[in-house]
Amino acid sequence: MTGDFYSPGDLAALWISVRLAVITSLSLLLLGTPLAWWLASGRSRFRVIVEAVTALPLVLPPTVLGFYLLMFLGPYGWAGRTMLHLGMHPLSFSFGGLVVGSILYSTPFVVQPLQTAFQAVGTRALEVAATLRAGPFDRFASVALPLARRGFVTGGALAFAHTLGEFGVVLMLGGNIPGRTQTAAIAIYSHVEVMDYVGAQRLSATLLVLSFVLLLIVYGTQRSSRRDWTAP
Amino acid sequence: MSLRLDIAWSRRGFELNVQLETPAAGITAIFGPSGSGKTTLLRCIAGLEHAPGAQLQFKDEIWQDRNRFLPTHRRRLGYVFQEPSLFPQLNVSDNLRYGLKRVPASKRHVRLDEAIAFLSLKDLLDRAPQQLSGGQRQRVAIARALLSSPQLLLMDEPLSSLDHAGRQEVLPHLQRLHDELSIPIIYVSHEISEVMLIADHMAVLAEGRLEVMGPIHEVLTRTDLPVAHLEQSGSVLDGRIAQHDAQYSLSYIEVNGGRLAISQREAPIGTSVRVRIEARDVSLALKPPQQSSITNILPAQVIEVSDDRDPAQRLVKLDINGRPLLARITRRSEHQLGIAPGARVYAQIKSVALMG
Repeated sequence: MTGDFYSPGDLAALWISVRLAVITSLSLLLLGTPLAWWLASGRSRFRVIVEAVTALPLVLPPTVLGFYLLMFLGPYGWAGRTMLHLGMHPLSFSFGGLVVGSILYSTPFVVQPLQTAFQAVGTRALEVAATLRAGPFDRFASVALPLARRGFVTGGALAFAHTLGEFGVVLMLGGNIPGRTQTAAIAIYSHVEVMDYVGAQRLSATLLVLSFVLLLIVYGTQRSSRRDWTAP
Repeated sequence: MSLRLDIAWSRRGFELNVQLETPAAGITAIFGPSGSGKTTLLRCIAGLEHAPGAQLQFKDEIWQDRNRFLPTHRRRLGYVFQEPSLFPQLNVSDNLRYGLKRVPASKRHVRLDEAIAFLSLKDLLDRAPQQLSGGQRQRVAIARALLSSPQLLLMDEPLSSLDHAGRQEVLPHLQRLHDELSIPIIYVSHEISEVMLIADHMAVLAEGRLEVMGPIHEVLTRTDLPVAHLEQSGSVLDGRIAQHDAQYSLSYIEVNGGRLAISQREAPIGTSVRVRIEARDVSLALKPPQQSSITNILPAQVIEVSDDRDPAQRLVKLDINGRPLLARITRRSEHQLGIAPGARVYAQIKSVALMG
């Protein structure tokens, strides 16, 4: 049935979008956790700078980020040339490039919920764990992680949904290569360009429903797992 | 000596300056008003605060000196916080096991079933912390701390976040802790009545400085210190249950210097107990009163008489066979009865609070 409903090109675009979103959100949960932990508990004076850099993608036009990444990762950029020297293909106009761009672009959507969640854990629970012989990593794993699990659900879902909806960075960095770097969001644009409103409609509705369901999950889990630390 | 500490630390305009050695056993209370630095001192001992330049030694282990700072999780201590801070994601049983699991089996000296029985937690094990009352939570927190097999137990006002019922629920367990636990306990409190019931030694802290430290019966009756002039000030006497009197539902306690009657207790003869006698509950007579409703009368000798906070009142320090007792009387009575150092009097005790 899906085979009739979506064209092969649309299916490929949806598959690229979902793959990109899964890889991006998983990588961000992995990389964002230590960063968020450091931001939540660190007292370094570099904290403010790192916080601001992390939040940049919230305000920057995606085309700006995409442009700089293209300059950096492309065959004439510093990273691109290095990769060429090492016998690899530059990341521009490739799926790998999309992953790098998406990770950077969605960073605040993971780091900020995690940071808030870690801050809400507070110092008391960690102090209690320390007096019960738990070392620093043990405290993080046995107290901070389980208490901040809501932040992981929120961050993961937001990164996933945000990557699904990404347009500017992907277009700048990936081009619009069907089957390789054409995501669903870009496929919609291509459909509209050639006046295929039915095609655009199918993909748009799909993304709309997917995003809505994801947000339902986020807000649903937030409601059901609200717990108090000290209140009776 | 169990803990030796030397801290001189000023932070945000507050200066903590304490040199102290605590005894190897029993409860040492750190008493002082809010803001006197009690909790900060306790947190320094636990390693939750890092006071630069402080020296801390527990038995033969250096916990902190110029070059070393042993992190909290490597100090063999237990800590009971003011609010019962249970892990909300774990049930009671898993909260109890949290510390237990992290102590190698060979170093455990408290068993899970012992701690559960000791704090009467048998029926709570499957509950979530959110389903417990304040008193229940604090009992779990105490058991959890004991299960990490500490060599030193630190308690930061464990009763102060509880309502009256919660205090009444937890206090007997603290008293059992005192009787049955061989490790030293440092107990921070600003409630003199609490300190009087459970502490063996007492350190008084005021504005970050140690005012006095010594055996509780001595410190409580030092009339040159503010503690003796608190509204609830008084003294403690140690004794044994000597006799039960079923007819009048009384129990008699033998203290050095006499006998005290209290409401009947379910304790066997010979049980050692401590009684707390507040200064305002002690009045003086020159002759043994013949027709009085007061049953507890002890012969005493006046050691000294000093001013009290209320100019109408005087604080009298008495000697009861070598143990000090405080009485609060009016200045008028002092003159009418001729109360002066050396005078032989009878102390009439209106009310006695019992520990244990």
